[in-house]
Amino acid sequence: MRRLVLFVPLLIFFVMGGLFWKGLQLDPTELPSALLDKPVPVFSLPSLLDNDRVLTQKDLQGKPALLNVWATWCPTCKQEHAQLNKIAREEGVVIYGINYKDDRGAAKEWLRRYRDPYVLNIYDEQGTLGLDLGVYGAPETYVLDAQGIIRYKHVGAVTEKVWLKLRTVMQQVSTESQG
Amino acid sequence: MVEAAYCNATGFYRVSGVVMRLVIVVFTLLFSMVANATIDTYEFKDDATRERFQQLTNELRCPKCQNQNLAGSNSPIASDLRREIYRMVEDGQNDEQIVDFMVARYGEFVLYRPRVTGNTWVLWYGPFVLLAIGAVVLLILTRKRKKTAVIDETLNEKDKARLATLLDKGKSK
Repeated sequence: MRRLVLFVPLLIFFVMGGLFWKGLQLDPTELPSALLDKPVPVFSLPSLLDNDRVLTQKDLQGKPALLNVWATWCPTCKQEHAQLNKIAREEGVVIYGINYKDDRGAAKEWLRRYRDPYVLNIYDEQGTLGLDLGVYGAPETYVLDAQGIIRYKHVGAVTEKVWLKLRTVMQQVSTESQG
Repeated sequence: MVEAAYCNATGFYRVSGVVMRLVIVVFTLLFSMVANATIDTYEFKDDATRERFQQLTNELRCPKCQNQNLAGSNSPIASDLRREIYRMVEDGQNDEQIVDFMVARYGEFVLYRPRVTGNTWVLWYGPFVLLAIGAVVLLILTRKRKKTAVIDETLNEKDKARLATLLDKGKSK
């Protein structure tokens, strides 16, 4: 019994080591969204391409979709743009865009030059919708279900790998709504 | 010739010292202007509101630049949030409403002083639990020591007796 007590520090070492090891794998810049499983906040903002068209949270309902926050001032958004185009065209994924604190002219030019993967684009000039969504750095991508409820949030570029993750979430969401 | 060149050289250094100083002054002025430009100015209706604003921006964390509070960060999101908080304190909302507003959007993460919930219970009361465990261990150890002290004395009695017999044996030989 006394002998066993001598092993207690070693045990503590392994437990602490395990916890630290786990801690190193975590990304401290990734915040869980406070809006998970909550509907997209109520908003009423103009469309990017058509100033007269007013979009609301109802326009984001109907199908499981991606909601992508982007801006022309955001370099990572440029990086992920090709991937968004690819998944919109090749896999027919519905992508809604939020043009976040941007210049309308520059944003339109961007979509003309790099092609437009978005079904619609919300023009959030003041960043009010971004604030309500808890956006803290573009790009951010949300998975919405058919009822417009936020099911997943990814901060950072949508790469091939991230898309695979988002796709499984989307598949899960669509089977849930069917069943 | 060599001496003249040397003089010229020091002269050049002296001039460059003055220029250097001027450059430093100009740059200091320039950057102080830039620094001023990033500090937003707010006018409060009274001192109490200003103090509340300062306290809130000190206690809320910037979601982007994670180890800074809202008051100390220059990131665009922090300035947006300062503006929102300014709007809310001027609006007469209480601290709880404002903190709820922030938590609803960015999660518990933004609180530098976390709330007492199931998740943060350990954080708040863990140290007291550890202290209690320490006290118990200390109590047990001191009790044990007292007991061993008693045993030592009885052993001493035995030892004395043994010593005496051993000494007697030595004498008889």
